[in-house]
Amino acid sequence: MTTDFAGNQTIIEIVYFIASVLFVLSLKWMNTPRTARRGIRAGEIGMVLAIAGTLLHHGIIDYKWIAIALVLGTGIGIPLGLVQMTAVPQRTALSHAFGAFCVTLVGTAEFYLRSPDVPRFMMAVLSMEVILGSLTFTGSLMAAGKLQEVLPQRPITYKGQNFVNLSLLAIAVAVAAYLVVHPGARQLFPVMIAVPLIFGVLMIVPIGGADMPTVISLLNSYAGLSAAAMGFVLESKLLIIAGALDGSSGFILSVIMSKAMNRSFTNVMFGAFGQVQASAAAGAEEKTVRSASAEEAAGILAAANKVVVVPGYGMAVAQAQHKVRELYDALTKRGVDVRFAIHPVAGRMPGHMNVLLAEADIPYDRLMEMDDINGDFPQTDVALVIGANDVTNPAARTDTSSPIYGMPILDVDKARTVMVIKRSMNPGFAGIDNPLYYLDKTLMLFGDAKSFVNNIVHELAGNAHG
Amino acid sequence: MLAAFIGFEVIRRISPLLHTPLMSLTNALDAIAVVGAIVLVGEHKSTLSFVLGVLAVIAATSNVVGGFLITDRMLKMFKTSRPTKP
Repeated sequence: MTTDFAGNQTIIEIVYFIASVLFVLSLKWMNTPRTARRGIRAGEIGMVLAIAGTLLHHGIIDYKWIAIALVLGTGIGIPLGLVQMTAVPQRTALSHAFGAFCVTLVGTAEFYLRSPDVPRFMMAVLSMEVILGSLTFTGSLMAAGKLQEVLPQRPITYKGQNFVNLSLLAIAVAVAAYLVVHPGARQLFPVMIAVPLIFGVLMIVPIGGADMPTVISLLNSYAGLSAAAMGFVLESKLLIIAGALDGSSGFILSVIMSKAMNRSFTNVMFGAFGQVQASAAAGAEEKTVRSASAEEAAGILAAANKVVVVPGYGMAVAQAQHKVRELYDALTKRGVDVRFAIHPVAGRMPGHMNVLLAEADIPYDRLMEMDDINGDFPQTDVALVIGANDVTNPAARTDTSSPIYGMPILDVDKARTVMVIKRSMNPGFAGIDNPLYYLDKTLMLFGDAKSFVNNIVHELAGNAHG
Repeated sequence: MLAAFIGFEVIRRISPLLHTPLMSLTNALDAIAVVGAIVLVGEHKSTLSFVLGVLAVIAATSNVVGGFLITDRMLKMFKTSRPTKP
């Protein structure tokens, strides 16, 4: 049977090669928004080619179930592709979980098909595939749960946590090592899946909301690496390439994210902010803040020449991006120069704020990266902070005892006036007090981001008419 | 290795503006693992590999479809913005 289809094998190789090239191009075109959609097309075509090519595979005898599974998967995929933009972080986490689930299942099936005749190298990559896959599966589910707020967002820490986690990982690696030497030990294989599954849960438990951008990137990287490992097991260059692309993309993003928080990987993974909360919160009393109404805020904004809006996760939670757009329109109409300062870790995943603001139709050339806008704050009349906290905390520059000391921040405190829309004086996720709020030039606008921005817009409109 | 290197070079140049769509795109591409799963289902070598394969195809396909769909939706939004504003 196989010899008849030797020609097919060549075709499949060629098709896979084209698909790989398309995948690389697809990422290359993601460079700028101008060519990005072309990138998607390339990716889609590559994917369709790859799947079609696979169907030519000589060993395939059962097409019915492939079709059923493809249709079912599509049925699940469509609603997942149509979620609200604010739900993108948890959707992404969920899709990491699905990807890892797939890889783990395939790895498991391959093991039981091949055992006990598994060469050592094969067994080593297969172990890597399954370990990374299963820890990414539960880890991503946990992350999605936290993002969706089904699970508590606060980091949960306990004594000896790191010891427990590292021991679990060590057990998994030890089992893998044993299997490399004795691939016939089938009864050990479930252990190698179960232990990382538990590890995945425990790994995410101590991680809080603000660390999510890093963690999501890291999980992205793991998912990619496990797929690349699967590529080695199946000897598929296409899979190795796609997996490596995903793995390195996730890795780069996590490095960018960690840098943006001035923390190392290990710090994010093992050093939950939990411990410092008590001391930081204690010093928060006895300081006064100045608050203002929407009317006053509108007056100040209308009189300004340059306004920089600093959005954060609070804007996403309040779904305020469309109101922010109205504010942007109202101010632009009055000749005010409005720009948006986006901190790399604002929100819950890399680039989260950009997507939300783009959803609200705010032109992307108004969205500035931290390094590009920080120098402009001294010339800025009003910095309007909407639902952001730690990324504006000047303590990161000055207070060596602050847990976020050294983290690059947006220098909003250098603007002439700072306005902060915030629901209450409760410190943000990290429980770190923000000295910005007590500055003389800072006005606190207490309220829900959406309704408050709405009120400002109304005031601006009212002024225009009266 | 080479792929990782190319990936590294290509991705480093992507602007932070597009990090979210980038991640959902790589996610969709990653679901190419579906090819391995399809072979498992198609070859039907054992009941276990068949069942696991079907589940894997479902999971990966949902990633392919969902991933491309949402990435496209995001990028469409970036496109409607007017890059030449005063």
